[in-house]
Amino acid sequence: MQVSMTVNGVAHEADVDPRTLLVHFLREALDLTGTKIGCDTSQCGACTVHLNGKVLKSCTLLAVQADGCEVTTIEGLAEAGEHHPMQTAFWENHGLQCGYCTPGMIMASAAFVRDNPGASEAEIRHYLEGNICRCTGYHNIVKAVKQVADAAAAT
Amino acid sequence: MWPNEFDYARAGSVDEALSLIGDEGKFLAGGHSLLPVMKLRLAAPEQLVDIGGIDSLRGISADGGLTIGATTTHAEIAASADVQAMCAGLASACGQVGDQAVRNFGTIGGNIAHADPASDPPTVLVACGATIHIQGADGSRSVSAQDFFVDLFETDLEDGELITSLSLPNCSDCQCAYVKFPHPASRYAIVGVAVCLKMDGGTCAQADIAVGGATVKAVKCGGAEAALTGSTLDDAAISAAAEAVKADIGDWLAGDIAYPESYRQQMAGVFLRRAIAAATG
Repeated sequence: MQVSMTVNGVAHEADVDPRTLLVHFLREALDLTGTKIGCDTSQCGACTVHLNGKVLKSCTLLAVQADGCEVTTIEGLAEAGEHHPMQTAFWENHGLQCGYCTPGMIMASAAFVRDNPGASEAEIRHYLEGNICRCTGYHNIVKAVKQVADAAAAT
Repeated sequence: MWPNEFDYARAGSVDEALSLIGDEGKFLAGGHSLLPVMKLRLAAPEQLVDIGGIDSLRGISADGGLTIGATTTHAEIAASADVQAMCAGLASACGQVGDQAVRNFGTIGGNIAHADPASDPPTVLVACGATIHIQGADGSRSVSAQDFFVDLFETDLEDGELITSLSLPNCSDCQCAYVKFPHPASRYAIVGVAVCLKMDGGTCAQADIAVGGATVKAVKCGGAEAALTGSTLDDAAISAAAEAVKADIGDWLAGDIAYPESYRQQMAGVFLRRAIAAATG
């Protein structure tokens, strides 16, 4: 099945087996291995990407369903060589331990703060219920997201 | 995990979808119920007909009552000012499904076709008297939500039939709420209670109540409704309803090792009290 989509601003066309999940397409066909496979059951959020600007667990969508769509992965979040503010905040606050959940955490958080500048800590914690850090390193993750949310509200 | 092999076709209209679907086919919209069960090999349809691109199946209109297209996402329903005004319980329930990423793509039609007993929206749809509109090769039909949900993961839907939309009466003059006891890990409902109360002065003129999560399907609770109807929602009436609801769901109880049937039955009474408080608070 022929599929075409724009990933991180680059147009791609490929012939895929219909049962190819979007996460497999990104990792194996496009070699964008920043997006991780964690639970593979729509729970952990390690595979979170943006599809037409909305957060999506890419293990729960067929690549063919993303035909004609715009996809952004962690590799496409930085613009013109500058880290996205959420990447910078995770760096500054050490919002990670092993790092496996980090791409998904950053993708989910970036969309959340875009839509909810000035979000409270409670709102951030509630929103991140779909992203699991198995190191339980939530404290600094929430701190990082709060830093960006506060800065977004101030501008 | 990869699902079994299947043929994939994309439909541009409802008629095309109905002409494409085969005996062993399933319709695919958001895929957020179907793909997980296919990955776990609990389902292995030989064909998927993608209805995600059919515009006529998507969207919310408010004209007297609510009409919600089958491929409208949970996030769209939760955020809709019309749904919040005309059926607050449904907006709340759709906002409690999964997480934001799941709500962004999972659709209400897929949700009810899957008929997971622990899902939130079916409980509100049964309480609030929703109607499910279905189209098949032989024409269209409508069925009440109460009759649509038949048993555990079982609906009134026949092979090859497609849910096109749902309609709900306008209950903007009702006190409507959905409250659940979420499983601490999965956040699925251990018990979910929907109440829709029509007040006439200080008296409850009509009470509509349904329970899910604790049961194999969302169950309308006539005994609890009768206990509240005509009352002033005083402590005695609420206690009677909390007792009656346990009998209402007695034939439909579900449980597991962590939350057995008897516990869920008890919690249905507790969460009915909380749902009434949330609706009237």
